[in-house]
Amino acid sequence: MSYDKPLPVLDPESTPFWEACRGHRLKIVKCGDCGQLRFPPTSFCPNCNSNCVEWVEASGKGTVFSWIVVRHPVPKDVYAGDVPYVVALVTLEEGVRMPTNIVGCAPEDVTASMPVAVQFRDVTPEITLPVFAPA
Amino acid sequence: MYALRDKYALAGIGWTAFSKNSGRTVRSLASEACIKATADAGLKVSDIDGIVSYNFGDSAPAIAVATEIGVPQAGYAVDFQSGGNAANLIILSAVAAIEAGLAKNVLCYRAMNGRSGFRLGGGRDLSAYNITQYTAPFGWITYPQAMAMWCRRHMIEYGTSSEQLGEIAVQFRKNAALNERAMQRTPITMDDYYNSRMIVDPFHMLDICLETDGACAVLVTSADRAKDMKHKPIHIMGGAYGGGPNQGEDLFDAIRWPDHAHNYAPYIADDLWKSAGVGPQDIDIAQIYDCFTYSIVMQLEGFGFCKPGEGGPFVQGGRIAPTGALPLNTAGGLLSEGYIHGLNHVVEAVQQLRGDAGARQVPDVEICLTTAGAMTCGSALVLRN
Repeated sequence: MSYDKPLPVLDPESTPFWEACRGHRLKIVKCGDCGQLRFPPTSFCPNCNSNCVEWVEASGKGTVFSWIVVRHPVPKDVYAGDVPYVVALVTLEEGVRMPTNIVGCAPEDVTASMPVAVQFRDVTPEITLPVFAPA
Repeated sequence: MYALRDKYALAGIGWTAFSKNSGRTVRSLASEACIKATADAGLKVSDIDGIVSYNFGDSAPAIAVATEIGVPQAGYAVDFQSGGNAANLIILSAVAAIEAGLAKNVLCYRAMNGRSGFRLGGGRDLSAYNITQYTAPFGWITYPQAMAMWCRRHMIEYGTSSEQLGEIAVQFRKNAALNERAMQRTPITMDDYYNSRMIVDPFHMLDICLETDGACAVLVTSADRAKDMKHKPIHIMGGAYGGGPNQGEDLFDAIRWPDHAHNYAPYIADDLWKSAGVGPQDIDIAQIYDCFTYSIVMQLEGFGFCKPGEGGPFVQGGRIAPTGALPLNTAGGLLSEGYIHGLNHVVEAVQQLRGDAGARQVPDVEICLTTAGAMTCGSALVLRN
């Protein structure tokens, strides 16, 4: 069966991120001038307005900042087989936050500040999603 | 900062029936509300020379409505591509247009077939580009899912509870029972709240606002001109719009937001109160944007009605009832009256300030706060009679 969930549409700013995920590496942008890290990737640094973009590899470790448990599937036909599932904002060790899924534990077992580590799910030959599991 | 205290006024209000299936074009809903607001002010459409609205591509452009109702010449016709955060911003923009000499009498409206047509709360399309490429692939798609993430954070930081959120839902339904315009008028209990389906933990069904077909309109003009119109002018004391430096790329984007237990409100509260020359202690009633029960909590804190973290306890014990210290959402709010994307709060504010709110009239209302927006940006007005 073909994959029917939303897939990222890559653009010039995001391609390095998704290409890294495909290679099972988690990368974020570092300003080439002031060194501030940022996610999502953008062309200009909000701190110093430099357009010097460097990509650095993140440790893949973080903590759960907040989370939800989706119980009512939307759209129903796409997510009916997935509920309940957990969407979280994870704060990476490097300080930036990233939306993701928490896998590898029951939704009831997710807690605030829970340590998590990245895993990679190859959902199509082109796209790999970074999800997180209890560390 | 808004620097035109009491120079402008809301002189007319209009609304359509609120329903689940209007069977009409959105433009016709907008036109009906605009015609009614014009007549309510005692004006003719030939007196209208400005029109402004906001939408997500789900409504009729301002100029189309102006054309349908026969506005002879609109010197200001603008559509904000925006969510409910713009409900008060369009009014401030109407003031700016009049102050600049572009128009004299400006209609502000929001019209939508929010249930039978494009359903905002039901999720956007499944494309995942720009910012949504980092959210939608993880099944983070709908507004209830977005706001639940903020609510959880408040629960983590402050221990805010479902019991507190439920009290908001129950109270607003009580208010709606006294409002002939409201879509949901059957009272609910805390048991009904707890038993309502869990949509996205921590939100039950009854934490989430309605979906509505309908329209509201408000006529903005100078206080001087409003004096000669049909009703007592409702003055715009002050107003503000914003949300700080991390609003993201669209309304769903809160990835960079520093602290999801606090929303846009603290970023604009100082400007709002300074512009109006009053503070939270002077507010008689408030119409606070309630796309979700929880959005009330963050705004009560952010606008200074209580300290950060105290919004949950604040709503308990009858404080927000019509007989309480701070009556909120006296028409039932977006949760129970209907979801005209926040502009229905302004209509209710005008009715309460005129003393025209019928069975739900709160006695001695002189100053009312209206707010719009729940997450990274919003707008607010302080109105007086």
